[in-house]
Amino acid sequence: MILLLAQLFWTFFLIGLFGFGGGYAMISMIQSEVVGHYHWMTMGQFTDIVAISQSTPGPIGINSATYVGYTALVNAGYEPYWGVLGSFIATFAVVLPSFILMLLISKFLLKHRNHPSVENVFSVLRPAVVGLLAAAALLLMNSENFSSMSENPWRYCLSIFLFLFAFIAQKVYRLGPILIIVLCGFAGIVLGL
Amino acid sequence: MFELFKTFFQIGLFTIGGGYAMIPLIERKVVDEKAWVSEKDLLDLIAVAQSCPGIFAVNISIFIGHKQKGNKGALVSAIGTCLPSFLCILAIALVFQQFRENVWVEHFFRGIRPAVVALIAIPVFRMAKNAKINRYNVWIPFASAFLIWMLGVSPIFVVLVAGVSGYVYGKYLKEDFGS
Repeated sequence: MILLLAQLFWTFFLIGLFGFGGGYAMISMIQSEVVGHYHWMTMGQFTDIVAISQSTPGPIGINSATYVGYTALVNAGYEPYWGVLGSFIATFAVVLPSFILMLLISKFLLKHRNHPSVENVFSVLRPAVVGLLAAAALLLMNSENFSSMSENPWRYCLSIFLFLFAFIAQKVYRLGPILIIVLCGFAGIVLGL
Repeated sequence: MFELFKTFFQIGLFTIGGGYAMIPLIERKVVDEKAWVSEKDLLDLIAVAQSCPGIFAVNISIFIGHKQKGNKGALVSAIGTCLPSFLCILAIALVFQQFRENVWVEHFFRGIRPAVVALIAIPVFRMAKNAKINRYNVWIPFASAFLIWMLGVSPIFVVLVAGVSGYVYGKYLKEDFGS
């Protein structure tokens, strides 16, 4: 368990340190480490965690760190109170770099925000983060979240419909994410997804 | 000190849907009610917090807490921002654990999953606009998405390489092309 906690700490410390571009960009990192690298949970479980993180109070980055820390330990077979420790470690680790950086560079950045070197770094970093986010969305479009034509055509088609519905509802009609999540959840119940 | 904690606890508790939704609330609390920072300073802080890695709302709370009460203030403000998340999520995690096998909960989450993917896809377009994508750098997001999606490269590595190459390109190569 010490190893798992240490891995959890290190992973979320790195995510906090390199997590440019806000909560959604961090989700891409969390997904790659937690699902892809360490296999602490399945893509489906991770998607559920993102859904809950989006619909509960607080920043998405903190919410998902807390939830992933808990799930990683419980999935590994430990009791829920160890899950609480996992939550604490992951949350602490993801916030820690903010502190260190704040003490070291906030004054520097405030002064040199428009310095050419800072501009240069972000001139490539910003477009790259857009790709990060796109990759997160693409990786989530798998058979675990959408099913597939051969496995369950009904669920597959409905999933695509709900995806398009959510996309248009948010992008065109500006419905709030929580409302969309709740509507799609009830659609899932009613349609027997 | 307690005021810092209380204010950021409220900010953490009443914002749903991520960091940027917090800006109006932070503005009202910190600028209008408490007058801890001026409107202009807050805009500067937002710009810096956006360019720092980490969680936006936590960065902001650390800056303001530090400005008010030094290191202790920064710590108290950060705890205030994180605590509501931490408590809510743990409560949900403990309850959800028991209902996960329930058929209705399963249907509910199967309906939610495609919607979550859509909600993650949408900020891609918004961020593309803010990142000033043009025909010279449009290959960068495609390349980074491809590396992560198809080749399984770690996003952390992509961020690192992008930052370093931006620095190197700007410092050593751009001048040559420009002149």
